Order: sequence, then C-alpha cells, then structure tokens
Amino acid sequence: MNRSPILTLSNISKRFAAQEVLTDFHLTINDGEFFTILGPSGCGKTTVLRLIAGFEQPNEGQILLNGEDIAGIPAEKRPVNTVFQSYALFPHLTVFDNVAFGLKMAGVDAQNIAVRVADALAIVRLSDFANRKPHQLSGGQKQRVAIARAVVNRPKILLLDESLSALDYKLRQQMQLELKQLQRQLGITFVYVTHDQEEALSMSDRIVVMHNGQAQQVGTPREIYEAPRNLFVAQFIGEINVFDGEITRELGEYQYQALINGVEREIRCNHRFTAGDKVHVMLRPEDLRIDCRPNALERKGFPGIVLERNYTGQTLNSHIRLENGQTVMAHEFFDEDDPDFDYSINQKVGVDWVPGWEHVIPAERAGKS
Amino acid sequence: MNLLNFRRFAIVLTLVWLGLFVLVPHVLVLLTSVMSPDAQHLAVWPLTLNSWERLFEPVYAEVFWRSLWLSTLTTVICLVLGYPFAYIVAKLPNVWRGVLLFLMIVPFWTNSLIRTYAIKLILGNKGLVNAALLGTGVVDEPLQLLYTPFAVVFGLVYVLLPFMVLPLVSSFDKLDSTLLEAAQDLGASFWARFRLIIVPLTMPGIIAGSLMVFLPAMGMFYVADLLGGAKNLLLGNIIKNQFLVVRDWPFGAAFSVALIVIMAGLLWLYFLANRRINRQGGLDDESL
Repeated sequence: MNRSPILTLSNISKRFAAQEVLTDFHLTINDGEFFTILGPSGCGKTTVLRLIAGFEQPNEGQILLNGEDIAGIPAEKRPVNTVFQSYALFPHLTVFDNVAFGLKMAGVDAQNIAVRVADALAIVRLSDFANRKPHQLSGGQKQRVAIARAVVNRPKILLLDESLSALDYKLRQQMQLELKQLQRQLGITFVYVTHDQEEALSMSDRIVVMHNGQAQQVGTPREIYEAPRNLFVAQFIGEINVFDGEITRELGEYQYQALINGVEREIRCNHRFTAGDKVHVMLRPEDLRIDCRPNALERKGFPGIVLERNYTGQTLNSHIRLENGQTVMAHEFFDEDDPDFDYSINQKVGVDWVPGWEHVIPAERAGKS
Repeated sequence: MNLLNFRRFAIVLTLVWLGLFVLVPHVLVLLTSVMSPDAQHLAVWPLTLNSWERLFEPVYAEVFWRSLWLSTLTTVICLVLGYPFAYIVAKLPNVWRGVLLFLMIVPFWTNSLIRTYAIKLILGNKGLVNAALLGTGVVDEPLQLLYTPFAVVFGLVYVLLPFMVLPLVSSFDKLDSTLLEAAQDLGASFWARFRLIIVPLTMPGIIAGSLMVFLPAMGMFYVADLLGGAKNLLLGNIIKNQFLVVRDWPFGAAFSVALIVIMAGLLWLYFLANRRINRQGGLDDESL
C-alpha cells in the first residue's frame, strides 16, 4: 500500500530542565496507518505523543501536519485527539456529554451532535450507556467511551497513550482486536504508544522502536522482529539468542564463513563484511533446533547441556548452556507423533539452526569468538 | 473483649461529653428563649412566646437582611480572592505549598480579637493607610475608613479567608490535571475549561468554603463592634447586646436559636448539594 506522509517530525529535540528527552528525533507517519511508538519506560515515547498533541513544545525542530508547521498551534486547535492512559473521562458528565464535549467546543449544532454522538457510541457498542456517569462503567467501557469521545471529532490523527495498559489480559486482547478493526473502519491514522512489544507487533502497520530519546528502527512488525537493526531492538522485541562471531572469509555475495563459538559456519546476511569483522549472529528461540540423539558423534550443532525445561502448553521452552558458558533459549513446538518429546535436565544436546535463518549485524560490543 | 469494652467506654464518654457540653446548653438556650425576661434574675417563669414574636419586628428584620448582605459580600470577596490563591497553592511544588499554607495559618496563633484591634489601628484616621495616603498627597484629609461597613467587611474577609482557602485547596488537589488536558485536547479554550471542568469539579470546595465563611460571618459580633462602631450590624451583635447590655436573656436566646436554625438549614442544603454532586461525579465527599 502506498501511503503519503501525514505527519513529519524532523530534528526534534526536547529538554525538561537539564534532561534531554528527545535528541535529533525524526519520524514520518503515513496517512491511514496504525503506527506504534514502542519503547521501554523513559525512552521518550510519551513525549513524542505530547508533542504531536500540543501539550509540549519542542526545543528544536519542526512538526509538519499535512506539510504545515503546527509548532505554534495550541493543543485545543489541533486536528488531533488523544485517548489518555487513565481515560480522563469527565466524572461530572454523562457518557453522552463526554462524547459530545469536543463537538460542542467546535460549535456543532445540537441536532448534529446528537446524531454524531449516537454514531460514535454505536461504533464502540455503548448505545445503551449514553446516560450513565463514568463511575458506573467498567474499565473496558470507560476505555470505549474515551475512544468514542476522541473519534467523534474525526481527527486527522488519533493518539493513544498506553491506552490498554490498565485493562486485564483478556480484555486487553479483545480491545486490541477492536482497536485494529476500528482503525480500519474509520481510516484515521492511529498513533499508539506502548511498552508492550507483543501488542505492538500484533496491531501495527509500522512500528518505531525508541530508546534513550532516539528512534532505533522504523519498520513493519515483521522487519522489526526478523531483521532488527541493532542489539537493543533485537533484545527488546521478544527473546533472542546472540552469538558473537568473526567473519573469516567471503564466500559470495552476502555469504560468509564465520567463526562462531570456535566453530566455522556459513552465514548469510544483507550486510557487507570483510574478513576480521566482528558480528552478532542472532537467532530467535523458535528458530533453534535441538538435537538430542544419544550418540555425541551423531549430534549436530553446538554441544551443550539442558539447564531448564518449561512446558507452556504450545511449546517446550528449554535453556541450554553451551560449552563456552553462554546460555541459549530454544522454543520448540510439540511433535504430536512423539509422545516422549521432552528433555531431562543435564541431558547433553546439540544446538543448531537451519542455515539462512540467522540474522547478522555488525558487533556492538566486544565479544568472544 | 478488652477492645470491645474500650470501644463502649469511648462511645459512652463521647456521648456524655456531647450531652453535657452541647445538648444541655442548647436545651437551656431553647428553654430560656420561651421564658420571661427579668433584669435581675435574667430569666423567669412563666413561659411565653413573647421573645419569638419580637423577632419579627421590622427593626430586627432590617438587621437580619443587613447581616445577610454583609455575610454574603464577605463570602463572595473571600471566594474571589481565595479561588485563584487555592489554585496556585495546589499547583505549587510541595515545599512552596507548605510555606504558603503555613504563612496563611500563622496569624491564627494570635487571637482574632487582637488582630481585629490591629486592623482598627491600620484603618483608623491616624492609621497606616491614611498616613500613607496623606503622605503621598493622594488625599488632603483622612478618609473615614473605620466604623463603616467597608471596615467590617474588610475585617471579616481578613479573619475568614483561610476558611475559604483550605477547602478549596483540598478540592483543587483532587482535580485531576489530565482532565484539563483532555478538555484542551477536545478543543476547550482556557475559559471553557474553567467553566465546564474546573468550576463544576471544585464545587464541593466552593460550597464548603462559602459555608465556612458565611456562617461565622453572621455571628462575628466583635469584628462588627470594633470596626463598625457600636451599631447592630450583624445578628451576632444583637445577641451579644441582649445578653450583656440590655440583659434580656430570653430575647437573646430566641435570637440565638433562630440563628442556629438558619445555619442548620444552610448546612442541610450543603449536604443535599454535596450528595447530588457525589452522585453525579463519584467525587469524594469531605472537602475538608
């Protein structure tokens, strides 16, 4: 899908007192996409949201909405609405009046307000709750009112600040699905802030991973998960095993021979390396294969012993200590045909992977090879 | 078992205390109000509703309305001064807010009678204000500030302002600032936010503060006596005069009971309003 940019943040710096929260921050968000800002707490993701909403002003840089600089426009005049983490419903107003608030401020006439509020409440399936007060609603219902209150204004961009974090697991899953559907239905650009990588992966069209006030990587969930650009992204998104290696020989285009944990292996990657370069060879736990054949000579891969094995229902997760002391994680799906599929602790195994499944990036830390 | 005994003991003690020092005196006042006046024995038999009838004499109605007017004016001024002050205090970092509240409470360590005398010195013909005005040549002869309704309201506002500010600060504390951001996000200008969010959500504080200013203002006879001259400006002045000057105890008692009934009525209205607000907003009750 080809989409045009709706919002561009360029060269943004933001300081609070002496603390630099955002440094030379760039971001482009496309019209109609579900965009997620993902990062650990304190990475500056909420600040980005507040800059877009207009609650904060950048110290440096430009924010362009549809090509127009909105730096000087106060929050109340921006065509942007926010769904707050705490919902921030007005406790003294009914659900109807909460949802109608923005329309009243915009001077929409009463008749139109009634129609649009009814529509918005229908979308979030709260038509029967129009006369309730917020304190008479459950968490999920409050969440929906907050969403209705924002989308009823037909904003250019809807900002969602960790909007699902206060809900319990089941409800959160359901709301994730609803949000995604709602976004498709409305066609509004959603900018969603979260620290939950699973949530980010499952809902977003594109994700920016933030750390220390900077964008680490922007991409589709798949790109972020399968081809993390650096160690931080790799380790923040899901679990990953990092092997330190050194390129020993170039075999062909994007094909190299590398020394990993004392073993020469062939690796493939889309980086250019020369012999002697240090690299991180990364593998998701589900990409590792464990060879548990009893004969040590037959076993393939890096030898190690099973430290821990956890049955999760879907998968068997094991921790394996390799001979160099590194511990790796492997998640394997159950083999229905093998009722004895399991390991015992301290069992000797081999850890291997299908050639080409590895993801290789230049080394960021001094490693042993 | 011991705990239960202690609880019973505490409840009984409280009841006895309240009975002896609240209920009995009030019953005595009520009883006095239906007795006959006597200059020497203060109140004597037979029982009569004479004093109660006199309450409705036009001269007292005039005092009542004047008293109501001065108290209302005092309340409004306290609200206008106290509201922004409370807002600022509630928004300040904890250290500063402590300092400000402390400064506001410090004068309370001095008896309010003494502070009222101090105001007298400041507002008098040779007081600070007039000295300054004369010195700078703004006026040629001293302004008559003392012994005017202005001086009375000034004194009442000075003494009662903290009672307005404290409940308001507590209300502002409870005001969630993300609600204001949400309103702003939805397009509300500063005035719209003030009118539609801030005022309704601080209403319990506004009502509580207003009552705590209004009710005492009706009875603060010494402020009116010292700053307003020996006129019956407030209901409290009449009551005091009946007891101490005219020595008509039944009439003073009738007036006291009437004042208590009026105040109880206002408190009841407050209670009703508060309950309505609570039901509306799920806000907490006590604003104090």
